[in-house]
Amino acid sequence: MRSDLLRAAGAIVFLLLATLPVKAATGDIQILTTPSGIEVWLKEEPSIPIVAMEIAFRGGAALDPEGKVGLVNMLSGLLDEGAGELESQAFQDAMDEQSIRLSFDTGRDAFYGSLTTLSENLDSATELFRLALNEPRFDAEPVERIRGQIMVGLIRDAEDPHAQAWAAFSRKAFPDHVYGRPVDGTTETLEALTAGDFATFVDENLTRDRVVVSVVGDISAEATIAMVEKVLGGLPAQGAPLAIADTVAQSGEVTVVAMDVPQSVLVFGLPGLLRDDPDFYAAYVLNKALGGGGLNTRFFEEVRKARGLAYSASSSVYAFDHAGLWLGSAGTQNARAGETLDVIREILVDVSANGITEQELDDARDYLTGSYPLRLDSNQGIANMLLSIQLDELGVGYLDERNGFIDAVTAEDVQRVAARLLHADDLLVVVAGQPEGITPSAAVE
Amino acid sequence: MSHFSPAIAFVFALLLFSPARADEPNLFGAESFTLDNGMEVVVIPDHRAPVITHMVWYRVGSADEDAGNTGIAHLLEHLMFKGTEKTPDGQFSYIVARNGGAENAFTSYDYTGYFQNVARDRLELVMELEADRMTGLNITVDDVETERDVVLEERRMRVDSDPGAILSEQLRATQYFSHPYGWPVIGWMHEVEALTRDEVLDFYRRHYAPNNAILVVAGDVTAEELRPLAERIYGGIAPAELDPRERPQEPPQLVARRLVYEDARAAQASLQMVYLAPTYATGPQETAYGLEVLAEVLSGSTTSRLYRHLVVEQQVAVSAGAWYSGDSLDQSRFGFWVVPAIGVTIEEAEAALRAEITELLENGVTPEEVARVKSRMEADLIYARDNVASIARWYGSWLAVGLTVEEVETWPGRIDDVTVDEVNAAAHEVLVPQTEVVGILLPVEADDAL
Repeated sequence: MRSDLLRAAGAIVFLLLATLPVKAATGDIQILTTPSGIEVWLKEEPSIPIVAMEIAFRGGAALDPEGKVGLVNMLSGLLDEGAGELESQAFQDAMDEQSIRLSFDTGRDAFYGSLTTLSENLDSATELFRLALNEPRFDAEPVERIRGQIMVGLIRDAEDPHAQAWAAFSRKAFPDHVYGRPVDGTTETLEALTAGDFATFVDENLTRDRVVVSVVGDISAEATIAMVEKVLGGLPAQGAPLAIADTVAQSGEVTVVAMDVPQSVLVFGLPGLLRDDPDFYAAYVLNKALGGGGLNTRFFEEVRKARGLAYSASSSVYAFDHAGLWLGSAGTQNARAGETLDVIREILVDVSANGITEQELDDARDYLTGSYPLRLDSNQGIANMLLSIQLDELGVGYLDERNGFIDAVTAEDVQRVAARLLHADDLLVVVAGQPEGITPSAAVE
Repeated sequence: MSHFSPAIAFVFALLLFSPARADEPNLFGAESFTLDNGMEVVVIPDHRAPVITHMVWYRVGSADEDAGNTGIAHLLEHLMFKGTEKTPDGQFSYIVARNGGAENAFTSYDYTGYFQNVARDRLELVMELEADRMTGLNITVDDVETERDVVLEERRMRVDSDPGAILSEQLRATQYFSHPYGWPVIGWMHEVEALTRDEVLDFYRRHYAPNNAILVVAGDVTAEELRPLAERIYGGIAPAELDPRERPQEPPQLVARRLVYEDARAAQASLQMVYLAPTYATGPQETAYGLEVLAEVLSGSTTSRLYRHLVVEQQVAVSAGAWYSGDSLDQSRFGFWVVPAIGVTIEEAEAALRAEITELLENGVTPEEVARVKSRMEADLIYARDNVASIARWYGSWLAVGLTVEEVETWPGRIDDVTVDEVNAAAHEVLVPQTEVVGILLPVEADDAL
């Protein structure tokens, strides 16, 4: 269970941070098909005796039924809490005795499962993964325990200015869409969830037509096919068609969430681009120059380095399946919150009108292409990357082509996309704290 | 899913230092050597991808500061990015980014470290940059004042906005009477506000030198390839005269302490219970190894004692566990935490935790528990090989507190040799009421606040 809005798109971000020789090149990836028709992307890596299998079902928290917000997230905490004949503690013991690592997680747009095992324990690990997905028990004890843990998490979030700012931002950006709902749910919705709700969700949504799979490690193609077929082959072939509407993030309001903290947390954003938009890579390069990775960005220079206003000031591109978002954040002492927001708006006005400099463009492209191999330096990194590429339907050639897409972005592209996206007056702003110099234009709700 | 806890940072720290037994004596294939000017070098080869982690660790941290000047080691770490004569005006980060590198730095009680992750063919470049700023830092009064503001914002973010972090800081200050481990790494607000350029530069000159530094390079490189580079780039820097690393030590602690912190912003009660504990560096090492295994028995997974007893069986807590930080230069800490379940009072949760500690001291851990924990720690060590940067951090942090490459490499074998009796003896040695400090965080109703 990771943090809210960022989840679905987390994969994209790291996918896109990425010219240099890449060890995990397209040619190293084997694309296999199991007897029941499940496609698997495999990278063999025999140098360490471990195997990682990563899966994702399309869907995720966006599929929480009306009135049952938080169901999918809570499910991610329950699937390793008992299955088949094994009650919760017996299941956990079986994992622990062979140091098998099995976990589940949800994003807005996908539900993830992750298995890592020593290759010598592959058979037991495969069986536990199969049980978790095919025969989960949802016994009363673990259901109550996990419910309690999530509820206490909600109580703690209530004191956390970052959690409060992000939650309010989601609500404001997507008031009439499933993306505006809290992934963790609310006290009321969590209380009402039953074992039957989880079982129904699993039957209807963990289906073979929605799953993507990657395997990396000390394992052959033959053994990979057998493992994946065993884990996933027994799932229903098809789920109902996914019917989530596309949406556009709302803009223009400034909201203050009053909290008694010495530092204001600013979260700000604008509608962004979907993953298949022709300007996506231009927007990605633009964001790098504004506030993306690395320490030399406009935000870092103007907010932190020149003025000492904040410890961090950064921005990211989020491409959810049904909405694009450009999002930034900063933390600054209450007395200087207004000044910080002014500086950010000035940067947006300037870049929208003038684009970025030739130097900034070169720097951004070099950073993005040069850092790509760093994302592929471990089995886990490669497995996650292969999963993201499949979820985004980019094709296995993407591993080799990706840096070319970044290098092809021109100054005109960036200028065009900056004018298209960076409307400083439309900035949606949420501030948690006691900010001075910021006048709210909307209520918290 | 993760089971959150107030001590989650410690849990991560433990995970990092929980690798274990190997059949080979040198599980990671590391090699080490020392340059003529005293700089230690460790190389950890991993040829799966053409990338490298380059780290320089200095044997200086917040516990090496002078009283009244807390936060100076950390402020200096920030200022190390400002520039040198050769690479002025923040060009360091700019060059690293232009070359696709990821970089950062960290300050702790006993060390300060700087690292870059880069493609293999950029190794020489980052070595040149890092060597240049080891002795060539060039900063203005304006640099110091602006960066001080950044650090104060960092403090507001990490500590002052977080009731749990405030209590942890106060608890640590209560735990140590004399040792500077009682001071926050980030520094006390009023002392950071008063730090000057001259003080920072004086601190820099006293501590930043090749004979006070460790170079750790992990990734697609061999010791044979690295040695000539290290000799050429770092080997020419003159060593400095270093003060002995002697900090004020703790007097006998005779009275338990109890802190209750009510904060209107705290929505959830929690409790920490922390004891002073020896480390691998202070010795006796048998105790440190015993404590490492003990923490795993109590808290290593959801099948461990505290989670199983308090969360699953008794259902008095949503989270409960224990941690041990055994990698510091001087006397460190062993701690417990519990977060009560909804409807359970903090007193009930504390009583349940204390009953577990009493049971532990009366009846000890079992051979089955110890055997299982060792097997898990052995597997963790194999998993750790997928993340060579984590292994680099392990070597760096141990060498920075005076432990040796050999001590890192014999760690798995030593863990495997730990006996049930050693674990129980370590528990009896450390879990004594006289050094106990309890910290309780309580929410208050909004009406009572202020």
